[in-house]
Amino acid sequence: MVAIKDLPEEEYVLEGNAACPGCPITIALRTVLKALGKDTIMTVPASCSAVIQSLYPKTSFAVPTLNIAFEAAAASASGIEAALHAQGKDDVTVLAWAGDGGSYDIGLQALSGALERGTNFIYVCYNNQMYSNTGVQRSGATPYGAWTTTTWTGKKERQKNLAEIAMAHNIPYVATASIAYPTDLYRKAKKAKEIKGPKYMEIIAPCPPGWRFDMSKTVEMAKLAVETGAWLMYEFENGKLTFNGPSKGIVEGSREPKPVEDWLKMQGRFRNLTEEDIQKIKRDLKEGWEFYRKKSQLF
Amino acid sequence: MKVIDTANNIAALAAKMARPKVISAYPITPQTTIVEKLAQYVESGELKSEFIRVESEHSAMASCIGAEATGVRTFTATSSHGLLLMHEMLHWAALARLPIVMVNINRAIGPGWSIWSDCNDSVAQRDTGWLQFYCSSNQEVFDTVIQAYRVAEHKDVQLPVMINYDGFILSHTSMPAEIPSQEEIDSFLPEYSPEWKLDTDNPITHGNIIGPEYYMEVRYDMHMSQQKAKKVIKDVDREWAEKFGRSYGGLIEKYRCDDADTVIVSYGAMGAEAHASVDELRKRGEKVGLARLRVFRPFPKEEMKEIAENSELIVIDRNISPGMEGAMATEIKATVGTNIKQFIAGLGGRDVTYRDIVRMYELAKENKDGWYSVEVE
Repeated sequence: MVAIKDLPEEEYVLEGNAACPGCPITIALRTVLKALGKDTIMTVPASCSAVIQSLYPKTSFAVPTLNIAFEAAAASASGIEAALHAQGKDDVTVLAWAGDGGSYDIGLQALSGALERGTNFIYVCYNNQMYSNTGVQRSGATPYGAWTTTTWTGKKERQKNLAEIAMAHNIPYVATASIAYPTDLYRKAKKAKEIKGPKYMEIIAPCPPGWRFDMSKTVEMAKLAVETGAWLMYEFENGKLTFNGPSKGIVEGSREPKPVEDWLKMQGRFRNLTEEDIQKIKRDLKEGWEFYRKKSQLF
Repeated sequence: MKVIDTANNIAALAAKMARPKVISAYPITPQTTIVEKLAQYVESGELKSEFIRVESEHSAMASCIGAEATGVRTFTATSSHGLLLMHEMLHWAALARLPIVMVNINRAIGPGWSIWSDCNDSVAQRDTGWLQFYCSSNQEVFDTVIQAYRVAEHKDVQLPVMINYDGFILSHTSMPAEIPSQEEIDSFLPEYSPEWKLDTDNPITHGNIIGPEYYMEVRYDMHMSQQKAKKVIKDVDREWAEKFGRSYGGLIEKYRCDDADTVIVSYGAMGAEAHASVDELRKRGEKVGLARLRVFRPFPKEEMKEIAENSELIVIDRNISPGMEGAMATEIKATVGTNIKQFIAGLGGRDVTYRDIVRMYELAKENKDGWYSVEVE
């Protein structure tokens, strides 16, 4: 495991960018690009990252970046990769960097297509569990009970599981991570870079204005998401599922997760949850851990 | 080399000879045989190119955008609903100033499902910033695909080009065509050298947020490039004629217009059919000519004005802007004034023979126009 002090000093997310204070996306991208390095071409659909870049004629991204329509990140990555291959530049990493709206919802078809046809790229979904950029609307990744500006009384449905959908494409590498564990994220991005074929990564990215918490608590929130088992960190490689950090013990049943209420109660978006809602969320989480405990034993 | 083949096979052959490095396409009737043929060329090694078998037309255009932005020549083809699904990415490609070349087989829009020719699909893309050609023979399809790359990639243009032709009437009909050698094509169309590209040695950010202080200039530049494309199209047509002996008149192909007091204006397969109508009417002593609109964007205003100076115009549209009129009639009236006769004909593949066009001429002379075979006749 690489130590924080050993991460490369090169920065590809520059200072003075237009991210909100406490934004988890810059933490995630900064870490991922440190792992991927200079020889990376990035494609970014409509998302917070399109704003973070800053306004033309300035930019805060130091790797070549193509902006593309909301649903088109993965398809544009297929084109970039094909063009690189045609020019013999197979050493360049193609990164599609999209939010959960652009991945779970509007971009799902293009993502599935690119994964299925074997595009040699890394697709990262930074998951802040809603449409942050447009002002906190519900997405397919928004959890049960969460307030958004399109679910004023709390979302009535559970989120879908996109990493599971990615795995169903029989791709060589799927990983989930959290910005609170940057060395784990770095290691996973580094590994993804070395694997040929489609790689899917998903990073939990707590959004202060969207989740309604103080901007100084972003990392804490991402850490608590893992410690409560609300977010699981794992890798799926060559058909083998491995859990990382606290998620390992939680899934195996050897570690008592922190009460999920600790995480929920820090967030204004869950302020209207009833005791019943909290019990349902707890049951759903347990069900998820049990599913993964069984799944990790299958291989 | 002389071949007798369908427009689709000939378009695929032209695409192959243009040596695109990336092809990305999704099948749709009546375009499918182009995709099949190109897949064959790539898999047999006849064409050294990456073929991306995308899951939709939206992704076809998105991946062409990604590839072209990474510095290589690209090709795609579609039709009808596929073109409509691409609509957002058509704007994107043009505003990104990427010289992508695409063949669109004109096909009507559903419901009810129609696989037959009409031009509402491409007319609906009028304002995307793409140059639009309409072909009337398989030979012209071949010649235009090659020429399109020269026009699109020209430093004064830097815009994508859509080459349209009628579903089945051309796409699946065999016609003879003269095919130059690969060496001749290579000398006419050298390897692509992009004006900009995504390059890790020279990182740029393309297409980030742009404020009101810059956006209008971007649009203005695009509009001016469309204007400049008129000359480029004419120059390329002339150079093609010098090399291969075939010209399509640049923007408008004129036939027996010199002494004509009436000129029929149409495009695509109807534009070809009207040749026979003009000959028939000439036999009767009518002083009639044909102006076949080869290029819809940029719109050939100057040429159209010149034709209208000495002749009355009868415009035949194979499209309808509901609540208004045929799109070409609108453009022509905006250019030369409202004193024209205009017909809507051939929607959803309804046959338009040379006799129908003769009949439209007769109706126009009786001061009638409108929807041919629905309103009039």
